[in-house]
Amino acid sequence: MKTRIDAKFEQLKAEGRKAFVSYTMAGDPDAATSLEVIKGLPAAGVDIIELGLPFTDPMADGPTIQLAGQRALEGGMTLQGVLDMVRAFREQDDSTPIVLMGYYNPIYSRGVERFLADAKDAGIDGLIVVDLPPEEDDELCVPAQAAGLNFIRLATPTTDDKRLPTVLQNTSGFVYYVSITGITGAAAAEAGDVGPEVARIKAATDLPVIVGFGIRTPERAAEIARVADGAVVGTAIVGEIAAGKPVDEVLSFVASLADGAHSV
Amino acid sequence: MPDDLMNSYKTGPDEDGRFGDFGGRFVSETLMPLILELEAQYENAKTDQSFWDEMDFLWKHYVGRPSPLYFAERLTERLGGAKIYMKRDELNHTGAHKINNVLGQIILARRMGKTRIIAETGAGQHGVATATVCAKFGLKCVVYMGAHDVERQAPNVFRMRLLGAEVVPVTSGRGTLKDAMNDALRDWVTNVRDTFYCIGTVAGPHPYPAMVRDFQAIIGKEAKEQMQAAEGRLPDTIIAAIGGGSNAMGLFFPFLDDKEVSIIGVEAGGKGVNDKMEHCASLTGGRPGVLHGNRTYLLQDDDGQILEGFSISAGLDYPGIGPEHSWLHDIGRAQYVSITDREALEAFQLCCEMEGIIPALEPSHALAHVMKIAPELPSDHIICMNMCGRGDKDIFTVARALGFEMGEH
Repeated sequence: MKTRIDAKFEQLKAEGRKAFVSYTMAGDPDAATSLEVIKGLPAAGVDIIELGLPFTDPMADGPTIQLAGQRALEGGMTLQGVLDMVRAFREQDDSTPIVLMGYYNPIYSRGVERFLADAKDAGIDGLIVVDLPPEEDDELCVPAQAAGLNFIRLATPTTDDKRLPTVLQNTSGFVYYVSITGITGAAAAEAGDVGPEVARIKAATDLPVIVGFGIRTPERAAEIARVADGAVVGTAIVGEIAAGKPVDEVLSFVASLADGAHSV
Repeated sequence: MPDDLMNSYKTGPDEDGRFGDFGGRFVSETLMPLILELEAQYENAKTDQSFWDEMDFLWKHYVGRPSPLYFAERLTERLGGAKIYMKRDELNHTGAHKINNVLGQIILARRMGKTRIIAETGAGQHGVATATVCAKFGLKCVVYMGAHDVERQAPNVFRMRLLGAEVVPVTSGRGTLKDAMNDALRDWVTNVRDTFYCIGTVAGPHPYPAMVRDFQAIIGKEAKEQMQAAEGRLPDTIIAAIGGGSNAMGLFFPFLDDKEVSIIGVEAGGKGVNDKMEHCASLTGGRPGVLHGNRTYLLQDDDGQILEGFSISAGLDYPGIGPEHSWLHDIGRAQYVSITDREALEAFQLCCEMEGIIPALEPSHALAHVMKIAPELPSDHIICMNMCGRGDKDIFTVARALGFEMGEH
């Protein structure tokens, strides 16, 4: 099984480029604007789109992303709405990978089997579900792989060498290294710390390692891209949307971050 | 299910932290190594006699255990049916059952070398108990409390501050108990090295539901012995109120295999368990989902978004329930009912008038159910209800509900 994510990394490798991954919340500030943003992301240089699935209780997120989720929910966004958005995006773009990122309960509530079939059909390529560690792999991770979706795992500074193989075991697509102990939008980690950690993970897997949490500027995206296979920016982009910036300004900010990540 | 498991209801959770399909470890990777470490340390402490010796000493000399088992004679006469006993956990230091568990977790935290304790609190009872034990041991204490609760529970906020704790008003989400728990988890994920998260109820990721139950089981263990001494037999019915469910689990657990004892948990029915969702009855009005590290019955909408609970009692105001209760509910070992705010208020007043005990609003729910069933039962039927907290904290709320002007407080 080869997903759009696998194909994208093959392409990046062939071109000798690092990946730039963006995160935005589906339905923030409303469904139409949010769709307009994601439609513009590939042209802005985004290699992989992470799309947030709003949840009332995002325990691993800071205030910026929690508020984005609240705006989306108040605007009526649902899991079905997110799937519809992806379907609309796929009408114009059949190659940029989309990773759905969120928490388990909305998926569990819909029913895992039904969700996986719908997600695959809508054009979602991978899942990051924050509150499903390897210990709960039977819930969604294993069925997702069987359904042809990548299940992307987070590795963190608390994932020691002993635990790392457990974390990597059922991971596919890429590994998302959370560069800090903390929530999204928190202070940046030192690049000096990130490099050896990425090397430690890469020694244990052939999968690409992408780094996120605490990256807010093109310079920082470049520093991270130098030591990893790519960088994720979420809170800083969501912050632009929260500030009410028009879509073209949001996209030009995204383009500056992508240029940073692609400059190395 | 294999035969050996069918013979006991007390073997759970399994190695994955499950009670049947409920429980588990639904946490982010950053926290996973921490809860595995906690589990290992707790397993070690649990079988270490010196750990329990320290607990027993402090339970006796600091908390004031054993709490009395009290025959409520006038209430029994008034209701004219079953014989009513109260397990008086409201007489504990800090006025509720919460300290039973806090003591256990703090002693464990000290064994683990943790120097900073965090907790979430709703009504403030768990926060006060945590701040109290932290003061006793000279530990730094940070309590997360919904901004709305900070406002309506001002006396407990002041108590915590007197005890040296930092109280952080939580404004994220809707600023309620579940948001306070979210923020406590965020703190823990940020301060992983020195911090111990002291959860106040039988919920959260494994091993918390089992660990908190084990610490609270002192309630049921004492009640069982005291009932033998008083009546020469076990009670016929045991009853306790449920928010997250720690006082109830503490009373129920030692009785789970005594199949002649019927077990009743009382949820907060708020304004009534209907589709307006103005209640906190997760079992009677919710469905299974995943929140705060465990699978359990939750108040949620059709899309899996979590709903706010509603109850006159801030201590029951939580959209979930401990996973072991969800399991006991599904297998039918315990029965779960709900009581409205109005019924709880009536029980509150009756308890004051008939027994000279001002109960907290939480056990008032349990008492209200006792009032419903006792008159229909024979006089040789023995009920034991858990008087898990005293009502001093609630007098302003009750005064308001009864239309009594208390002035500034």
